[in-house]
Amino acid sequence: MSGVLTPVLTAHWDEPDSFSLEGYRRAGGYQALEKTLRVPQDDIVATLKGSGLRGRGGAGFPTGVKWGFIPQGDGKPHYLVVNADESEPGTCKDIPLMMATPHLLIEGSIITCFAIKANTAFIYVRGEVLHVVRRVQQAVAEAYEAGYLGRDILGSGYDLDIIVHCGAGAYICGEETAMLDSLEGYRGQPRLKPPFPAVEGLYSCPTVINNVESIASVPSIVADGADWFAGMGSAKSKGFGIFSLSGHVVAPGQYEAPLGITLRELLDLSGGIRAGHRLKFWTPGGSSTQLLTDEHVDVPLDFESMVAVGSQLGTRALQIFDETSCVVRATLRWTEFYQHESCGKCTPCREGTYWMVRVLDRLEHGQGSEEDLEKLLDMCDNILGRAFCALADGAVSPVVSSIKYFRDEYLEHQKGGGCPFDPAAATLFGDSR
Amino acid sequence: MPFSDDARSRLDADADQVIARYPRTRSALLPLLHLVQAEEGHVSDDGIAYCAERLGLAESEVASVVSFYTMFKRHPVGEYHVGVCTNTLCAIMGGDQILADLREHLGVADDEATPDGKVSLEHVECNAACDYAPVVMVNWEFFDTMTPDSARELVDDLRSGATITLPRGPDRLCTWREASRILAGFPDGQARLGPQAGPASLVGLRLAKEHGWTAPPPPASTAAPGEGSDQ
Repeated sequence: MSGVLTPVLTAHWDEPDSFSLEGYRRAGGYQALEKTLRVPQDDIVATLKGSGLRGRGGAGFPTGVKWGFIPQGDGKPHYLVVNADESEPGTCKDIPLMMATPHLLIEGSIITCFAIKANTAFIYVRGEVLHVVRRVQQAVAEAYEAGYLGRDILGSGYDLDIIVHCGAGAYICGEETAMLDSLEGYRGQPRLKPPFPAVEGLYSCPTVINNVESIASVPSIVADGADWFAGMGSAKSKGFGIFSLSGHVVAPGQYEAPLGITLRELLDLSGGIRAGHRLKFWTPGGSSTQLLTDEHVDVPLDFESMVAVGSQLGTRALQIFDETSCVVRATLRWTEFYQHESCGKCTPCREGTYWMVRVLDRLEHGQGSEEDLEKLLDMCDNILGRAFCALADGAVSPVVSSIKYFRDEYLEHQKGGGCPFDPAAATLFGDSR
Repeated sequence: MPFSDDARSRLDADADQVIARYPRTRSALLPLLHLVQAEEGHVSDDGIAYCAERLGLAESEVASVVSFYTMFKRHPVGEYHVGVCTNTLCAIMGGDQILADLREHLGVADDEATPDGKVSLEHVECNAACDYAPVVMVNWEFFDTMTPDSARELVDDLRSGATITLPRGPDRLCTWREASRILAGFPDGQARLGPQAGPASLVGLRLAKEHGWTAPPPPASTAAPGEGSDQ
């Protein structure tokens, strides 16, 4: 029976050896690959297009369409770069996926490379997750030993190498073109598009860059079919995805469900907001997506519905804050993050995030004025859409949305001469330390 | 001080392997920097010169890459480098208090080591473990749902050499240099140790099993593209 939750990617996370080749094979692993290697590549791309899978890294671009942009017969090497640099605040789904089932990512990568006619893939995993790095390295080594990687894979004549590449601490490298620069040994700074990576990506060759969860969805789609996948989710947001609940909830964690589930449904089935408290604000898909409030708990968590309420689905990183949380403090901290992580290439982002932190800091400490709110919104106007990449746009989201929904709370800081909230009340440990 | 002959030959053997992984040599820069950090504990001027020489780059080109990435340290840090997440969610859930307490307890500033060289401290941005907030990292291993008390106990244990239990890692916490070596692409053989998943990672799956919820079964006739099913 189809359910409220639909574990596919997470279905075997509770098996103690799920990360090993034996464990993965026992769960049916690598059967999709064996079938795939016997069918024309174009059919695999068509299946992905038909499934409606949209990128799970935040932007939601259709994965099969992205694959279809790779030129064929161009005589250049093609590359797959797996974006495993998960670092959008609130996002915590790819890390447990790679820890529990790294072979799912490897199998998906092999199928993807076969489909786009690539013979080399890179898994760009953030460096700050040592045990995840170990698990992915181990899975790649096991896949070579088993003949799933290397020369003449399973007798198909197809060759593929996968290289695990560790980042070194830079949020911006999760941006696809910054990731390419980083992988080429440079500072991770975004490139101007076009040319798009599908035409000129890694080493100026056609390159697909896909998120971990997108790639991990590939084996089940080719095994069970585009229609099966498209049968879940909503009209333009097909399939399942991992929803990550964090913050002031009874049961933070990972919930895999069809796109279009609502926050209310997720809270109802997971025990809700922590006892004695109520929802104040939340992010639907990381800090780069506009904050929502308790008015929005019944809005379907899919791409279109989130845009319709002025936000985005992003990475389905549901950071939940109850009424003990100060929205000014939260916004200041996110803005400090964007300032810290701005690569400095584009002036509006580099300077804009710097000055927004100064103004927000003043506001949080009760030294600002109502004019500062207009100044912040004016800065946001001058940042949004004026930089090479989406980091700048993301930086604007918490500022604009917090002023939109909580203007009065900003003003209360000025009236009282400081932050009216007790930070201890918002902590996990409260007064019980 | 330039590398000793021993260190140099050790580095050369490893660097050859790293460079051989990539279609173009410059791609080896990040792993080579992790490698020199494994040798010295940080990236010294000599480490920069070494990478430049091996990759045919100017030292200034290498230095500009080093300064971009927060995991590369230009001065020694502790044998155990502690990162406290103070991005918004962890900060509000208690990360701010944990960092302030540890700074006071250890008497160190960001990226500074204790006099015994055992522990250094920095604030880190979101480390992709928000469902375990507040999160503390030690040499890039997760320590979940921390409190000021449990964080203080952790750093005291690190300094005294007491046994550390990793909630989502292997049996033994490796040193900063050992961790850097893994990041350079030289596994330490501990991948199979530790749990496959932490408790928060499993809450959705457990609920689904309790309720008998699954994804719909695949249609009987569907299989890999272009062929019939054998399931």
